[in-house]
Amino acid sequence: MLRDITLGQYYQADSVIHRLDPRVKLAATVLFIVSLFIVDNFIGYIIAAVFLACMVKISDVPFRYMVKGMKSIVFLLVIAVIFNLFLTPGEAVLSFWKLTITKEGIRIAVMMAIRLVFLIIGSSLMTLTTTPNNLTDGMEKMMSPLKIFHVPVHEVAMMMSIALRFIPILLEETDKIMKAQIARGADFESGNLIKKAKAMVPLLVPLFISAFRRANDLAMAMEARCYRGGEHRTKMKPLVYHRRDRIGYVVIFAYLAACVYFGRILNLSFLNI
Amino acid sequence: MGIIEAKKLIFEYIRRDEEGNVEGITRAVDEVDLDIRQGDFIAILGHNGSGKSTLAKHLNAILYPTEGTVWVDGKDTMDEAYLWDIRQTAGMVFQNPDNQIIGQVVEEDVGFGPENMGVPTKEIWERVEESLKAVGMYKYRKHSPNKLSGGQKQRVSIAGVIAMHPKCIILDEPTAMLDPNGRKEVIRAVRALNQAEDITVVLITHYMEEIIHADRALVMDKGHVAMQGTPREIFSQVEKLKELRLDVPQVTLLAYELKKSGLPLPDGILTCEELAEALQSV
Repeated sequence: MLRDITLGQYYQADSVIHRLDPRVKLAATVLFIVSLFIVDNFIGYIIAAVFLACMVKISDVPFRYMVKGMKSIVFLLVIAVIFNLFLTPGEAVLSFWKLTITKEGIRIAVMMAIRLVFLIIGSSLMTLTTTPNNLTDGMEKMMSPLKIFHVPVHEVAMMMSIALRFIPILLEETDKIMKAQIARGADFESGNLIKKAKAMVPLLVPLFISAFRRANDLAMAMEARCYRGGEHRTKMKPLVYHRRDRIGYVVIFAYLAACVYFGRILNLSFLNI
Repeated sequence: MGIIEAKKLIFEYIRRDEEGNVEGITRAVDEVDLDIRQGDFIAILGHNGSGKSTLAKHLNAILYPTEGTVWVDGKDTMDEAYLWDIRQTAGMVFQNPDNQIIGQVVEEDVGFGPENMGVPTKEIWERVEESLKAVGMYKYRKHSPNKLSGGQKQRVSIAGVIAMHPKCIILDEPTAMLDPNGRKEVIRAVRALNQAEDITVVLITHYMEEIIHADRALVMDKGHVAMQGTPREIFSQVEKLKELRLDVPQVTLLAYELKKSGLPLPDGILTCEELAEALQSV
């Protein structure tokens, strides 16, 4: 169950998307998310779907990897859909007991579901095709102007990359502790929410202790390898834009323009959708 | 002067209670003298809590002596100005492979040390290639460390240290968390480095089989150096080793027991072949 989260898990392949500069991918992901919220009709979502499908296809990452990541947000998705479905005022379509489903509600709920699903797929695509180190390198470079304001950009980037690296390790550890506690009679499954939350304590305490121990070890290992912050540091893989990166920018901005035009400006109300 | 030298090295852990008052002092390392020459393969043995890991952490300035002095390549570890030189000269490999790999891809992890040292990009790549080849992990350079076995991870850690071009590697129980195969892999890689590249190796371990190939072995107990000598000299004192709660390799133990019951065998037999030969000549 715990290993299903794909966010932060790199999928090894050698596609164009993998080779793109992380700054392009970061910008593209942000713009893609923005586009999802700009778009206001279904033509826009079709464009987004086609775009996303193409990217997934080019990336060589099996689609099931992205679906795996989705399992973790099913709960959130269901809540968002239910709230929008029942709580949006408007023309009633179906009504039973105290609840009414409105036409507007259906529309917003469906849009919300599409937005969330696309958002997860889009951002998983980025993390699946970019090594966390590469990703944080990209962020570091993009945010480096903030150094003028004494923002510790390098340190934050390093922290993020380490956090990402330890996600799978800590998940594995959680699994292990869980099994150990179950073997000793712990019950994580039954009972109400409060009881379940309480049952997490014997899971979280050892996990925290182990995480701190790991952090301590890692800090020592980093110091032993001469780590002393961002100054005097050179890069093994410095970020340089290539031709494919410029094409990438063109593609993402073309996509955004198409979304804005078809999804927002163009009046499609005559289609009644 | 050798690559690593220590004189009357003392280190004390100070335990404090919640108010910060000193509760007790534990002397983890007690008046240890060391003199390690360039190219040596030194093994440091000892059971848990004997102070061997604490000693190791002094050799690249992670811990500082309470009293006494440690010199690495002629530089006093207490001198802040040399801190990074010392850490580069004496690289360190730790016990848990998961907690010392920083990169998400093998080659990025190996490049981490040189990056920190400010080595130019092109040279980083050369160093990464050469050090991954030296430990036989070059074909895994694009892999994620999470998918490697323990022995492979530890070899990557060693490559990460070699990429910094150290004169000396300190391995702090690098095999404690590995299975027997992984252990062999790691020890083989370490020996190859010692022989081919003339890198000084300080191997801290509690597996007796691993020290057979060392030039010199030190046995630690309660912070002191309890025994010192070639592996053969150490293993010929089976009774004393038992007293220090250390296991003796099975072959050595067998030879010892045979000798005790009357067979005229030499002291300190280390390998099966040696024992077979000795038995034939009896």
